[in-house]
Amino acid sequence: MGRYFRRKLLIYGVTFFIAVTINFAIPRLMPGDPVARMLTRNKVANVESSEAMRVYFTDLFGLDVPLWQQYLNYWAALFKGDLGVSVFAFPSPVTSIILDALPYTLGLLLPSILLSWFVGNSLGAVAARSKWLDNTALPASYLLTAVPYMWLAILLAWVGGVILGWFPVAGGYSFALRPSFTWVFIVDLFHHWVLPFLSLFLVALGGWAIGMRNLVIYELESDYSNYLQALGAPRRLVRRYAFRNAMLPQISGLALQLGVVVGGALVTEVVFAYPGLGSLLLNAIQNQDFFLLQGILLFIVIGVLLFNFLADVVYVLVDPRTRLGLEGGVS
Amino acid sequence: MTTDVMLTADTVGQRRENLYFALRNPKVLIGLTIVVGLALLGVIGPFFLSATPNEYIGPKSEAPSADHWLGTTYFGQDVFTQFVHGLRSSYLVGSLGGLIAFVIGMSVGFTAGYRGGLVDEFLNMLTNVVLVLPALAVLIVISSYLEVRGVISQAVIIGLFSWPWVARAVRAQTFTLRNRDYVDLAKLTGKRPGQIIMREIMPNMASYLLMSVILLFGGAILFAAMLDFIGMGPSNSVSLGSMMQQAMAWSSLHLGLWWWFVPPGAAITLIVGGLYITNVGLDEVFNPKLREK
Amino acid sequence: MALDVNDLRVHYRTTKGDVRALDGVSFSIADGEIVGLAGESGCGKTTLGKSLIRLDGRMRHVGGNVLLDGDELPIGNDRAMNKHRFKDVSIIPQYSMSAMNPTRRIGKMIADLLRSRGLSYRNLKDELVHRLELVGLPERVLDNYPIELSGGMKQRMVMVLSTLLDPSLLIADEITSALDVSNQKAVAETLVRFRDMEFVKSMIVVTHDLSLVYQIADTIMIMYAGRIVEKAPAETIVKAPKHPYTKALISALPEVGLEYGDKRLKSIPGKPPQLLNPPTGCRFRARCPLASDECAEQPPMVDVDGGHQAACWKLED
Repeated sequence: MGRYFRRKLLIYGVTFFIAVTINFAIPRLMPGDPVARMLTRNKVANVESSEAMRVYFTDLFGLDVPLWQQYLNYWAALFKGDLGVSVFAFPSPVTSIILDALPYTLGLLLPSILLSWFVGNSLGAVAARSKWLDNTALPASYLLTAVPYMWLAILLAWVGGVILGWFPVAGGYSFALRPSFTWVFIVDLFHHWVLPFLSLFLVALGGWAIGMRNLVIYELESDYSNYLQALGAPRRLVRRYAFRNAMLPQISGLALQLGVVVGGALVTEVVFAYPGLGSLLLNAIQNQDFFLLQGILLFIVIGVLLFNFLADVVYVLVDPRTRLGLEGGVS
Repeated sequence: MTTDVMLTADTVGQRRENLYFALRNPKVLIGLTIVVGLALLGVIGPFFLSATPNEYIGPKSEAPSADHWLGTTYFGQDVFTQFVHGLRSSYLVGSLGGLIAFVIGMSVGFTAGYRGGLVDEFLNMLTNVVLVLPALAVLIVISSYLEVRGVISQAVIIGLFSWPWVARAVRAQTFTLRNRDYVDLAKLTGKRPGQIIMREIMPNMASYLLMSVILLFGGAILFAAMLDFIGMGPSNSVSLGSMMQQAMAWSSLHLGLWWWFVPPGAAITLIVGGLYITNVGLDEVFNPKLREK
Repeated sequence: MALDVNDLRVHYRTTKGDVRALDGVSFSIADGEIVGLAGESGCGKTTLGKSLIRLDGRMRHVGGNVLLDGDELPIGNDRAMNKHRFKDVSIIPQYSMSAMNPTRRIGKMIADLLRSRGLSYRNLKDELVHRLELVGLPERVLDNYPIELSGGMKQRMVMVLSTLLDPSLLIADEITSALDVSNQKAVAETLVRFRDMEFVKSMIVVTHDLSLVYQIADTIMIMYAGRIVEKAPAETIVKAPKHPYTKALISALPEVGLEYGDKRLKSIPGKPPQLLNPPTGCRFRARCPLASDECAEQPPMVDVDGGHQAACWKLED
């Protein structure tokens, strides 16, 4: 077990290190002066503030010191939680802008990931035992996994928002309201949340259902299932065991799929102008706000790594093979 | 080398049988028909239509008609012309990106699995690292720093970040295959590792590799569409993703210009769905156990 | 008579047609008898073992019947067969190494299984622990996961579990093929001990290892191409076989004690016939050195002498 966790932590550590290094390297590898690029593209109108920003950013990039020292400074700043200052929302620090957007993204991602996992797995397990459901749910699932996230989002916004008019199609809450702990606001928040949630949930659902169905069928053909049946165990018990064992790969699959779902959440937010990291990312790109861009990437990487680690812990809790430090786990 | 002769004879016979079943498998047929049909449209279509899909040629925001099969955009561009050009670029990015990912994944997987030891430790670590990186976010950030974005550069960066699962699977398969008798035999006769991998190991997982290519192809198309939608697509060209981006940017949703945003997404869904269905069918062909059901 | 099999026919359904894996098999086993069932791979011996407890999805019961202790076993009816499994007929499978759910503690799995059959784990636990001790397993293995046990331990665990309800008939299917020699011997001896202690009444040991079955079986049956060709006391089969196929099989072993198994028999030219469209008459005809025109007709199973039967026209020679 110790070896398993050491290995995992090493992988996550290296990944984090590489992500930070990529973040550090890219603006410096690109031709030209990054500060000039940022400022010219932002067409800062006021000459004085333009000059102030130039001085500030040159200092921040620390381009006057040797490269290795820039790199060390970068890490030092990172550990202080200092990701720089946003250009388009100058002078707000990147960290606080991201922290404002983060709850919206998490509020979309966590429920859609967990619910699609739960519902998809149940659906897949049921499909594995019913010919009728297998013939209807499976093709539907394949179709769902093939849909690009943003297209389903667009369709839902069009049908549910424009045609039927049931849900708002943009924003995280009505412009007329201010965020507060009132019923009116919470209902409004939920109202805006439904469509983006639904599109993320539906696309991910298909993949889980397909995976679970195949895994359950595989487990039902395994030796232990055969032996149980030879000893007259009822289908109920055999299925329960098969389902439990088929869950295990799905837990590690949850971690592996996370990167994809996060990507899906980014484009879905863009469709709905949902005020999370995805919309922020688009803003950062359009304004050439590289500090913000890097900050968002770092937050996403850290989030994905944390979630992966969580999935590993759960995996160890449910699979005795990893717990016993023997083979069988996912490395 | 009687075993050698027998082995090749067997493989050829089996391939013929697989082809026979593949061409009779309804899933493979349906999937391939969709994928090949849309590909033909993308390849041939542009020759009959305007070479400049962004040209303003007609009335604005017009619904589909005999003149404009898929209607026109808010600016009076022909949606069908854009659609056909978009198909072409989707297939281009998909095949190129998929191929790059496949070559990297296969090389890493074979090397790690065949060499083992420290090489394997290192490559396996690399694979796992790239695997946990949230690919789309990384792709967006990298693209946003590129001064000029083209179809090729997009395919390359997609390829660079979507190979890990192939490497992982190829590595695992190579592990089990490298200790087979015929591999030992090849080693004894002094063949070089490259030759052994190409001649002895690869043919034995050909079916698996074929299915990986198909999945990578579909994955690359999806990635490209998402990047284009964010506005990180190739500059100055039309793609299915950028069509959706434009449609959203000019509020086609509220104006009810459904012919602008429905076709590109439907095409991607059909292509990727067709690829998946082909794969399921191929799985039945290659695993006779599934075939008999 | 513990087991009575009459003209049993079981076919495999394939895309190309029915494969006649069991094509009219008849034999009986007495109380307390251990019968060895041997033959080349693909002769139908594993199918016979499976037919008596659980047909797999592609097998069809086409004809014949099976009586166990005088009652007919509904072998073609998966649901009706369930109440006989484990209690009346049990099996020690080929795959003992992976026969137990890897993610459940062994004791819990046994409790789940017993409860699902309407039995009380608590009532049976003392007997279970007693039998575990008998095969040299401590009680605490019940708290282990299968992966924590060695191969030999898993094998013994499965043997104890399969026989826990004292079945009338036990089928042991190639159980020694995954074990090393010392374990093989121990397993064989345990089977005999279980019979002697009356944990099981009678036993069919399916194997390709003639030497092993010779040590423990009272009677040996030889199968060829879906039919039984010879049945005799173990001693007789090895020392005085009558059927040309048995003779070839015995002489193919440099000495009794070597496996022939999956390797094609070198001393018998040719290979067993396809069971998709089997030839008429004696199925060994094409490979038989003695074959003549009369072999075009199916030879009946005849008594050679007490307890020794064979199906061949040339028995007098």
